[in-house]
Amino acid sequence: MTPFTELSALACPLPLENVDTDQLIPARFMKESRDKGYGGFLLHDMRFGADGTPTDFVLNDARAKGSEILVARRNFGAGSSREAAVYALVDYGFRCVIAPSFGDIFSSNSVNNGLLPALVSEKDCEAILDALGDRPGELRVDLNAQTITAGDRDFPFEINATWKIKLLNGWDDIDLTRARAEDIERFREHYTAAYPWVTS
Amino acid sequence: MVVKKAPRTLFDKIWDAHEILRNESGQSLLWIDRHFVHEGSFHAFNKLNARDLKVAHPALTTGIADHYVPTRGRSIQVVTDKVRSVIEQLEHNTREHGVTLLGLDDPRQGIVHVVGPEQGLTQPGLLMVCGDSHTSTHGALGALAFGIGASEVAHVLATQTLWQTRPKRLRITVDGRLGAGVTAKDIALAWIARLGADGARGHAIEYAGEAIRALSVEARLTLCNLSIEGGGRCGMIAPDDKTLAYLKGRPDAPEGEQWEQAEHYWRTLHSDEGAVFDREVTLRAEEIAPQVTWGVSPEEALPIDGTVPDPARAASPAKARQIQDSLDYMGLRAGQKLTEVAVDSVFIGSCTNARLEDLRAAAEVLRGRHCRVPGIVSPGSTQVKQQAEAEGLDRVFIDAGLEWRESGCSMCVGMNGDQVGSGERCASTTNRNFKGRQGPGARTHLMSPAMVAAASLTGHLTDIRELTR
Ligand code: SF4
Repeated sequence: MTPFTELSALACPLPLENVDTDQLIPARFMKESRDKGYGGFLLHDMRFGADGTPTDFVLNDARAKGSEILVARRNFGAGSSREAAVYALVDYGFRCVIAPSFGDIFSSNSVNNGLLPALVSEKDCEAILDALGDRPGELRVDLNAQTITAGDRDFPFEINATWKIKLLNGWDDIDLTRARAEDIERFREHYTAAYPWVTS
Repeated sequence: MVVKKAPRTLFDKIWDAHEILRNESGQSLLWIDRHFVHEGSFHAFNKLNARDLKVAHPALTTGIADHYVPTRGRSIQVVTDKVRSVIEQLEHNTREHGVTLLGLDDPRQGIVHVVGPEQGLTQPGLLMVCGDSHTSTHGALGALAFGIGASEVAHVLATQTLWQTRPKRLRITVDGRLGAGVTAKDIALAWIARLGADGARGHAIEYAGEAIRALSVEARLTLCNLSIEGGGRCGMIAPDDKTLAYLKGRPDAPEGEQWEQAEHYWRTLHSDEGAVFDREVTLRAEEIAPQVTWGVSPEEALPIDGTVPDPARAASPAKARQIQDSLDYMGLRAGQKLTEVAVDSVFIGSCTNARLEDLRAAAEVLRGRHCRVPGIVSPGSTQVKQQAEAEGLDRVFIDAGLEWRESGCSMCVGMNGDQVGSGERCASTTNRNFKGRQGPGARTHLMSPAMVAAASLTGHLTDIRELTR
């Protein structure tokens, strides 16, 4: 995974609450293989009408082209555990989503794919949206310092300490866990002895 | 076993029993007792295969075909090539990795969160995960159960463990007694409307109180199922006599001496007197009315005798825009009485409300009557289907004019092609009224099975208490 340290990029405002994972990627696209990328499915039914023509949705604005940061309102990524929602964001080119709250499973899925879920206060989120003024604009995200810079203003964001380390280093859990194989095996023996009905 | 003196919550007891170690920044590596995979898990198997990894403990994972299965008969030929391909990938991946599959033709097949409890795979004290957010369901029996993403599924397959940050603890206490026509679904929608769809974010929920104790195990499954709709990491209820009676004799439940041993442990699984929760919320059961959702998030729910909200009265301009956006999508007018909202179809199904008691409740309303709108009934499992047929419930639904289908996720998510048409309005026993959830442009109103049955009879959202009065 590509490490995430600092990012200066175009940020696209999506001033909506409850942008759930069914909106991020409608279920009908999830049977596709990832080979060709999931970017085309991102927010599909907001971006395209029933006949497939693009709507006036913000991502279709020529000025939003190349956006790597998304700024949304509360409860972004609520709902289904579908990691495909994150694949759609990442394959489209996003590296960071800023919001006052995220679905818990969405957040961990994001981190597992190198996408930073930057948690800001409701007030700061509104200030960032105001700074963007309903159109894409430049933001700077510094993961080490945990700050977002819009113009001459800095806003702090929160991130779980372990997730921060994982993102900064581009680490993958499976390798880290396999290094703990002995601890796991020792635990398993003690556990199956204490709760014999669980595994028999 | 280490005996700790400080009072602990039910959640803490189970978490502690599964904690292998904790890293420097406080994340825990947890042992996973039970893991379920379904068709959608192909991404996780692909990750595993790409790294040439094996499933560490194949016996601790069970595969179940539910999300994409056809409900008009069981022939895999009726679905599109792509749908067939994901079902076949599950068959292939489970076979390759030595994982048991409850496939299309298996009499134990059904929706994963219905099958787990039904087979006795779900037990108090277990740590259970699945690549599906409604895994919270299994907490109804006193398990710690939560949904995970595909990377985490791959991690569990490869290591039988998972890294997690300990969530905070929230106790939702429901005192008193529920009124007639009010169900576990209504308790859930009521608390989610009050706290918000992210109200329990970062929290493990324990449901407690007189009204919760009084719920049947099946109703508890409905309540815990919906925990995720309020943002909860999981939902759980301490096991009691009802839980044990439910579990005893199920195919995968312990037997004989092991049952005795297990029961001894299960009886310790409750929050101790004086255990501290990070948050406490209390509801009065008598104050909960039958609920329906009017918008595009489960938090947009109201008592059935209410009216559609008016954006002009919203607390802020942002909130007003949000309400207007929901009304536009749902095709509703501010101030409209909810009971005047006409529906085009109904759906009775899903891991939320398609167990035997749910089907009985809906059939009770429909018996000897005729529906004004069409609809589908998809039992939560093949076993539920058989039990319902043995009681003649299938005849009640068919005679009333509804379709009696095979078991699967069906119109809850529409992956198999069972969908609500664009712009059509569906009264549904499911769990998500998200935009496009039941199909592109579909409009979903969530409610209890009896309320859905009532809507099918009248053709509009209906107060079950009026209908049965
Ligand atoms: S019934 Fe619906 S919510 Fe339940 S597992 Fe299936 S798709 Fe998910």
